[in-house]
Amino acid sequence: MASETRPLSPHLQVYRWQLTSVLSILHRAAGLALAAGTILLIWWLVAAAIGPGAYAGIRDFLGSWIGLLLLFGWSLTLYYHLCNGIRHLFWDTAHGLELPQVYAGGWTVLAATAALTAMSWIIGLIHWSA
Amino acid sequence: MPETRMRTPLGRAIGLGSAKEGVQHWWMQRVTAVALVPLVVWFVIWVIILTGSGADRAAFIAWLRDPVSAAVWVLLLIAAFYHGALGLQVVIEDYVGNEGARLGLIVVMRLMALLGCILGIVAVAKLSLGA
Ligand code: HEM
Repeated sequence: MASETRPLSPHLQVYRWQLTSVLSILHRAAGLALAAGTILLIWWLVAAAIGPGAYAGIRDFLGSWIGLLLLFGWSLTLYYHLCNGIRHLFWDTAHGLELPQVYAGGWTVLAATAALTAMSWIIGLIHWSA
Repeated sequence: MPETRMRTPLGRAIGLGSAKEGVQHWWMQRVTAVALVPLVVWFVIWVIILTGSGADRAAFIAWLRDPVSAAVWVLLLIAAFYHGALGLQVVIEDYVGNEGARLGLIVVMRLMALLGCILGIVAVAKLSLGA
């Protein structure tokens, strides 16, 4: 069929999921999540500035399992956006744009994200029990 | 080179063409991204250290009392909110078709980013300078 050889426009319904597109949309999702995460950051700062009572409130919240889950998600998101952001900056210098390099970079970003997140939490948890 | 080759003298004189704002936006998104790399690494390491000391308020304040730390905090806040606002604007422009809604959302988003940034800086200043 002639139609099978025609180029496909990248509509979500017809385009197969693949590493390139998934990492691309994840970068945007991570950026949005980080922007939402700044609310937590400002809450933390302002609570500390208000006084011990307010600070205890956010400390207890972050220490609860929902808080820890949020912090874990935040660290994962931040590291992903950071690593993939560096990949973006590298692309902006017109390097690494061949398809095999794009794939290699993508897997590197995923590995680095996992490694950095794991490392941070291991360091954090060691300090915790000490 | 394209500037002189592709445009007529009249075209150059009246300066019609692109709105000339996209480059600035794109460039500042990169500049703030580069600045955020060391700032965010610094931040994460400190938060882990703070967690080690139980994340209590006294340790947090001791960190902010150091003038260099307070200055880096302010830099981080400015870079993150600037970068975030530039990024959110692109997302809004991509998905909101109606021009009025798009402009309204961008204005609200910018005001909120400004408010968050100022709140953060004021809190850092207060904790850093005592009171
Ligand atoms: C940690 C260091 C960071 C680096 C290296 C970085 C890098 C980047 C880069 C290169 C882009 C442009 C991507 C593109 O052209 O498609 C971008 C977009 C974005 N960033 Fe960051 N970023 C960082 C931190 C942050 C933080 C803290 C926030 C939240 C305040 C944030 C929010 C966003 C948003 C909302 C976008 C727009 C996403 C899009 O257009 O798809 N980033 N970032």
